[in-house]
Amino acid sequence: MSSPFVKLWGMPIVLGILTIVGLLSALFGDGIWDALSAVTLGAPVLVGAWYSLRRQPHRP
Amino acid sequence: MSTQSLRWWSWIHKWSSLVCTAFMLLLCLTGLPLIYHHEIGHLLGTDVEAPALAPEVAANPPKANLDDVIASAQALYPNKIMMYMSQEMDEPAIWNVTLGDHPNDEHYKPIAVDARTGKVITEPAFEGGAFMSTMLRLHVDMFAGLPGMLFLGCMGILLIVAIISGVVLYAPFMRKLEFGTVRHQRSTRLKWLDLHNLLGIVTLTWALVVGATGVINTLSDVLLKVWQSTEIAAMLEPYKDAKPLAQMASVDAAMKAAVAAEPGMQVGFIAFPGTPFASPHHYGVFMHGDQAFSSRLYKPVLIDAGNGSITDRRELPWYLTALLVSQPLHFGDYGGGWMKFLWAVLDVATIVVLGSGLYLWFKRGRRVKAEAKLERQVRAAQPALARSGEQA
Repeated sequence: MSSPFVKLWGMPIVLGILTIVGLLSALFGDGIWDALSAVTLGAPVLVGAWYSLRRQPHRP
Repeated sequence: MSTQSLRWWSWIHKWSSLVCTAFMLLLCLTGLPLIYHHEIGHLLGTDVEAPALAPEVAANPPKANLDDVIASAQALYPNKIMMYMSQEMDEPAIWNVTLGDHPNDEHYKPIAVDARTGKVITEPAFEGGAFMSTMLRLHVDMFAGLPGMLFLGCMGILLIVAIISGVVLYAPFMRKLEFGTVRHQRSTRLKWLDLHNLLGIVTLTWALVVGATGVINTLSDVLLKVWQSTEIAAMLEPYKDAKPLAQMASVDAAMKAAVAAEPGMQVGFIAFPGTPFASPHHYGVFMHGDQAFSSRLYKPVLIDAGNGSITDRRELPWYLTALLVSQPLHFGDYGGGWMKFLWAVLDVATIVVLGSGLYLWFKRGRRVKAEAKLERQVRAAQPALARSGEQA
């Protein structure tokens, strides 16, 4: 399961779907739906923060 | 991707971004305080709180007659007329009343009235005070009215073009790299290119949704005009020969009639005769549901402002429903504190994407110029060398 397409677009597609779930869930309900929204909308934020702030180990 | 189409997409991405970047930076910066307008209002002391009632009254709070609510607000400005009165879902103890010199007065007076006692609480700062009002106006129309709104709408369309062309360009740039690669060690330009690609792709869906719903919002005045000239005009057809209103029917009775006609719904706001949401002869009572989603959708009940009877009630047309649903998706105000925080972080990430894009264009422009200069120098030097060769 690591075709070039999945390698290139896998993560962007997953984050896109999570964002849509996050945007819609809070629209249709409160309480647990708001929590689901926070988690799913938080995913792209965490992924972005993790990859942009980490320092990669020196490669020879 | 062929070299030709790569060049074509790069051109689209470069120019759509360059044209809108300055405005998008303005929108991101002014949007940031707007996400937290409630909290800022609390800090600045511009938000309104209903006074506490005596414990025995607070247990079962009374509801003031709306005509008394209106009378206490109008007592402050006897020469002004009623424009709107509205209530927020989470603050049933306050009626927000606006009075103006005419039904479309942009310099209206906001007045907060206690919905239980009918007494004036305070006159809140206009649009939340000078700072928040400036942020709001810069964000909505840059102080340029309808042309400003529509201009920002065009900039929003360019942003959407820039995002889509950016996604197309993501593929050739990232094909040989792992997701999230940021090459810190090579050059500053390469590091920012990687960050631009990374933050651009993670904020993609959010930015598209906020951009598109923002564009829809810039059309709100136009859509209201369409609604007025079609549906409202049709509802008014029987009134076209009516004389101007001499006496106004009770608003309290109008509200109660609307509530009885739409069981299970609450009053969101009441528009007074002559405003864009009513007609010269009607009160527009806008009802909405009390659930997360249904509270976003309004159902207008038009009430004859002369005799207080219900004239017409209709579903909103699809384009106003689309506008109302697009608003929360733009504001990020429908999911509590975490959503506001994530909205703010995604806003800042978008600022980084815009800023790094600008930097990459600047750097690339300088590199291309430097290369061209070098080429010219080489070319200029060649004949001289050739000549010196001849002489030798």
